[in-house]
Amino acid sequence: MKHILDGLEQRRASARLGGGHKRIEAQHARGKLTARERIDLLLDHGSFEEFDMFVAHRCADFGMDQGEKISGDGVVTGWGTVNGRAIFVFAKDFTVFGGSLSETHAQKITKLQDMALKNRAPIIGLFDAGGARIQEGVAALGGYGEVFQRNVLASGVIPQISVIMGPCAGGDVYSPAMTDFIFMVRDTSYMFVTGPDVVKTVTNETVTAEELGGASVHTTKSSIADRAYDNDVEALLQMRRLIDFLPSSNQEEPPEWPAFDEVDRLDDSLDTIIPDNPNKPYDIKELIHKVVDEADFFEIQDAHARNIVVGFGRIEGRTVGFVANQPLVLAGVLDIDASKKAARFVRFCDCFNIPIVTFVDVPGFLPGTAQEYGGLIKHGAKLLFAYAEATVPKVTVITRKAFGGAYDVMASKHLRGDVNYAWPSAQIAVMGAKGAVEIIFRSDLGDPEKIAQRTKEYEDRFLSPFVAAERGYIDEVIMPHSTRKRIARALALLRHKELENPWKKHDNIPL
Amino acid sequence: MFRKILIANRGEIACRIIKTAKRMGLSTVAVYSDADADALHVEMADEAIHLGPPPAAQSYLLIDKIVAACKETGAEAVHPGYGFLSERAAFANALAEANIVFIGPNPRAIEAMGDKIESKKFASAANVSVVPGYLGVIENAEEAVRIARDIGYPVMLKASAGGGGKGMRIAFSDAEVIEGFTRARSEAASSFGDDRVFVEKFIVNPRHIEIQVLGDKHGNVIHLNERECSIQRRNQKVIEEAPSPLLDEKTRREMGAQAVALAKAVNYDSAGTVEFVAGQDKSFYFLEMNTRLQVEHPVTELITGIDLVEQMIRVAAGEPLQLKQENVKINGWAVESRIYAEDPTRNFLPSIGRLVKYQPPEEKREGGVTVRNDTGVTEGREISIHYDPMIAKLVTHAPDRLRAIVAQADALDRFVIDGIRHNIPFLSSLMQSPRWRSGNLSTGFISEEYPEGFSPQEPQGDLAHTLAAIATLMDHIGNERKRKISGQLRGGRPVEFERERVCMLGDQRFDVCVEAQGEALIVRFAEGDQRAHRVSTQWRPGELVLEGEVDGRTVYVQARSILNGYALSHQGVDVTARVYTQREAELVAFMPKKKDAGASKHLLCPMPGLVKTVDVAEGQEVKAGEALCMVEAMKMENVLRAERDVTVKKILAKPGDSLAVDAVIMEFA
Repeated sequence: MKHILDGLEQRRASARLGGGHKRIEAQHARGKLTARERIDLLLDHGSFEEFDMFVAHRCADFGMDQGEKISGDGVVTGWGTVNGRAIFVFAKDFTVFGGSLSETHAQKITKLQDMALKNRAPIIGLFDAGGARIQEGVAALGGYGEVFQRNVLASGVIPQISVIMGPCAGGDVYSPAMTDFIFMVRDTSYMFVTGPDVVKTVTNETVTAEELGGASVHTTKSSIADRAYDNDVEALLQMRRLIDFLPSSNQEEPPEWPAFDEVDRLDDSLDTIIPDNPNKPYDIKELIHKVVDEADFFEIQDAHARNIVVGFGRIEGRTVGFVANQPLVLAGVLDIDASKKAARFVRFCDCFNIPIVTFVDVPGFLPGTAQEYGGLIKHGAKLLFAYAEATVPKVTVITRKAFGGAYDVMASKHLRGDVNYAWPSAQIAVMGAKGAVEIIFRSDLGDPEKIAQRTKEYEDRFLSPFVAAERGYIDEVIMPHSTRKRIARALALLRHKELENPWKKHDNIPL
Repeated sequence: MFRKILIANRGEIACRIIKTAKRMGLSTVAVYSDADADALHVEMADEAIHLGPPPAAQSYLLIDKIVAACKETGAEAVHPGYGFLSERAAFANALAEANIVFIGPNPRAIEAMGDKIESKKFASAANVSVVPGYLGVIENAEEAVRIARDIGYPVMLKASAGGGGKGMRIAFSDAEVIEGFTRARSEAASSFGDDRVFVEKFIVNPRHIEIQVLGDKHGNVIHLNERECSIQRRNQKVIEEAPSPLLDEKTRREMGAQAVALAKAVNYDSAGTVEFVAGQDKSFYFLEMNTRLQVEHPVTELITGIDLVEQMIRVAAGEPLQLKQENVKINGWAVESRIYAEDPTRNFLPSIGRLVKYQPPEEKREGGVTVRNDTGVTEGREISIHYDPMIAKLVTHAPDRLRAIVAQADALDRFVIDGIRHNIPFLSSLMQSPRWRSGNLSTGFISEEYPEGFSPQEPQGDLAHTLAAIATLMDHIGNERKRKISGQLRGGRPVEFERERVCMLGDQRFDVCVEAQGEALIVRFAEGDQRAHRVSTQWRPGELVLEGEVDGRTVYVQARSILNGYALSHQGVDVTARVYTQREAELVAFMPKKKDAGASKHLLCPMPGLVKTVDVAEGQEVKAGEALCMVEAMKMENVLRAERDVTVKKILAKPGDSLAVDAVIMEFA
C-alpha cells in the first residue's frame, strides 16, 4: 500500500516540475518566476490546493501525440487563501508549451471559474503565455470562448483580477480585458491583440513588443492596465494587499479589520491645503492620505488620466473607494480619460458594496476639438451615469471649485449623494467669475472698473458654498481639519443604507 | 515696564520673543508681509500689522512702516530679533526720534561695532587680543621674514586688496615666507593691480567661540559664558553648543573679561556677542561683535537658566541688571542644531514648499534632559522662497556633553518633516561622528569630515541588526492585524504567519526567527551568536516615528511606507526594509536589478498649455523631484518635476511657447 501511496507523491513531484529544470532556469533567467512560484507568493504559505494537476492535452495533430505528455497542460489551477480568505487562482505555466491554451487547458480554467462563481470567492489569473495552441485549431478558440463567457457571468458577482507577467497576446488578452483589474510587470510583460510582426505586415509600422504593449504603454496611454510593478514579487505581494480591500463577492460586505488610526483624528494642516491664490494647485492625494486610516491608499490607474485620482482606502478599518479631482494635473478638469477612469471605478465600487467618497475640485469639462471629436459628451456621461445609478453610500466633499455640469457629475446631491459636505473654500457655481461676468455684463466690457466691480459682486455671491447650502444642495459646510471625522460619521450612519434601483435586465450606460 | 511691544521680525525668532513677552504679561504686535499673512508669529501675537509684499526690502526692512505700525498700535518698544533691521543704527535712531524704545543696544554701540576696522580699534584700545599682524606696507621678503618672526609661525600673507583666497599664502618657516611673499605679491599684482601684501598670524584649525554679554543702561556689563559654533558650512553655523569643549575655566574667565571690557568700551547696554577665533592651544583673538540677539542664544539660556529676551526687554525699559557676574553659572551642556530647508544630498540647495508633515519632537524636561524647539512653522504651512530657509532650532540640554548629544540625536530621529527637503539626515549623521563627540572641532570640520558632500549611509554592524529587528517587529505588528481581517474561512483558526522570516535592509539579508512574548517580540538572528533580542514598541502602522526598545535600549526610527515595506531612517542612515517569508526571500533572489527601467528620455508636456518658465539649463544635472519647468494650463501653474536623477541634454521649449499635449519640452541624456 505504501508503495501505491508513494506513487502519488512521485507523480505530483513530476507534475510540479512542469516543463522541467531547463525551462524553469530559462524562466528565471528572464527575471520571471514559474507559475507555482507565483502562486506561492500570492497565497498564504501552504494554503494552495491544486486541481487538475494531471490533466494532459488530447491533441494528436501535427505530431502532438508524439513525445512526452506533460501534466498540467500549461496552466496551474486551484485555490488557497490570502490572509485566511478563500481565493481561486490560475497561473499560466510558460514552461509547458509556452503556456499556450488548448482545449483541456481551457477546461481547467473554466472549471475553476465555475467553482469561484459558485462559491462566491475572487478569482485571479496570472498570465504568461503564448496564446492559442495553434495545433488544436478551433478547439482552442472554443476554449477561449468558454472562458470569456464565464468572465462575463462572473463580472459584478465576484472580483476578477488579472496579472500580466509575461507575454499575453491574441485570444489571451480578452479574458483579462473583461476582468475588474489588470496589473502588469514592467519590462517582462506585454499585451496586444496582434504582435509586432503582424503589425509590420499589415500597417508597415515598425514597433517593439514593449512599445506596442508594454506596461508603460498600458498604464499611461491605453489605460488597459491599472498599475505596473517592478517585478513578480512586488506585483504579487501588492495583489495580497489589494485583496485585503475587496469583498469576496457582491453579496458580501467589504472586509474589515481593526483600525490603528483614531477615527476622530483632526488634522489642522488641512485648513491650509487650499492655497490663497486660486490659480495655485495643491495635491489632492495629501487630503486622501490624511483622511484614510494610516495613510494607506491603494491607487488604481496612478499613471493614467492623473487629473482624477481613484483608489481604495479604509475608514474605521472598512474599505472605501475614493474618487478625487486632482488640481495638480490639468487643474483637475474632467476630460474623456478622467471620466472613463472614474466611471469604471465607481461602477466597481457599486458592484461590490464599497462606499464611495468623492473629493471635488473641478473647473469643468475640458474644452477643445480633440475632446469633442473624441466624444466627450458620451464619455463624460459615463461618469454621470455611474454616479447616478450607484446605490452604495456616497459621501461628497467639495473642497474648492465645483463648476458647471461637472458639479452635477461629481456625486452631487442631485445624483442621490447621501451626505454632501463643502469646505468654506468651496465655490459652487456655473463658472468662474471672469467668464460669468463677461457673459452677464457684456455691455460693461469696455469699462474695466465696472467689470472689476461686477466680478467682485459675483465672487462674493457665488464663489462660496453658501448659495448651494441655502438650497440644501450641501448638507453641511465643514471645517477642513474635521474632514476625516465627518466622513467617518457619515459612513457609519450609512452602513445600513437601503436603496434599490428599479428592476431592469441591465441598464444602457452610454458605452 | 512696557505694556506693549512690537516684534519687527518673522519666523522662529518672532515666535520666541512673543513667548517671553507673553510670559512677562506684555501685549505683542506682529508685523508681516503678504507671504506671512497666515504665519505662526501672526497667529501668536495679540495684534498684527501688514507691511507689504513678500520681498524683505518691501516689508520687513521698511523702517517707516514699522515706526508707523508702532504708532498705530501704541507699541512702546520694538524688539528687532536678528537679521533684518536688528543691527541698523538708522532704525534705532528712527525709533528714538519717534519716542519708541529699541530693545537692543544704543545706536552708537551698533555703529562702533558695525565697522570692522573701527571695532578692531575699539578692541585694541580695550586690551582685547586681536589677531597679531602687520598692517603696513611690506617692502621686501626680508622685512616679511622679520615681521613673521615677530608674530610667530605660522603666518598668512594676504593681498591687501584681496579676497576669495587669491594672493593668499600660508608660511610655516622663513623659507616659506620668502617664497610666499614673492608669489603672493605677483599674484596680488596680476589679480588686483595692487601688489601690497600684509602679514597676519595664521591660526591652524581655528575654532569659533563667542561670549554672550549683557549690559544695562547703568553701566553694568556681565558675560554669560561662551558658545562654540565651530561646526559651520560656508560660514553658516550649523551646530552650536555651550559651553565649549575647548575652554578651561581660566581661558573662559580671560575671554569673558575681555568681552566685558569691549562692551564697556562702547557703553553696551543690551545683549550682544563678542566673537573670537580660537586656536587649538586655547589662544584666542577678537573677530567682531554682534550687537543683537544671536540665533544660537538658546544654548546659553539652557546652561545659565537666563531668558535673554526677558533681560533685553528689562534693560531696554531701564531696569538695572539684577544678575551679578558671580551668580552666572554653567549648568550642564546644551547643543543646538539648525534645521534648514535644504537638501544635504544636493550640496545643500534650498528647498521650498508646503510642510505636508511637520511633527517636531515634543518639548519637555524629563530626567535631567530638556528638549526645546524654537520654530516659526506648523504642519501645513509654507517654506517660502523669500526668507531664510531655517525651519527650526532644535536644542537639547543634559547634565553633560555626551548626554546632550545623545538627546539631540534622539530628538533629530523623532523630527518629522515631509513635503520639502531638509538637513535632518545630515545633522543626524553628524551627531554620530566620533570626532564631533570627542569635541575635537574646527571650522573646517564639515569640509574635512564630509569632503565628498553628504550622502546617507547604509547601516552596518549593530545598527543594521537593530534596524533589522525593528523592521521585523513592524512586519509582525502588521501581520497580527491581518490575522484579524473579517471573512476568513469558517472553522479554521486565524491565518498563521511563519516564524522564520527574512529581513532585507537594502541588499543586506538577515535571517531571523521571531517569537511573540507578550507585547514584545523575541528576534533571533540566524547568523552570529543567535542571541535573543527583545524588541517592543507602541508603534502602529501609519505612525511616522517608531519609539522602540531593543534589548532595553530606547531607539527612535522614522518609517515611511513603500511598496511591500518601509523606508527607515535613523541616525543619518537611510535604508529600505522589507520582511519576507523564507520562500518569498528565495524568490526575491531571482528578481533582476533594475536601473531606472522604463524612465523616459523626454519631458513631455502633460497637457496643452503655455510654458511660463524653464528652470534648468542644458547640461545641468537634476535630481529627482527638482522643478524642470512650469506650464500654465487651465489658468493653473503646473510645475513639472524630474521623476528621477537626470542630466538635461537639450531644451526644446522656451517661456512663452504654447505647447500641445505630449510635445517634447526637453531631452535627457
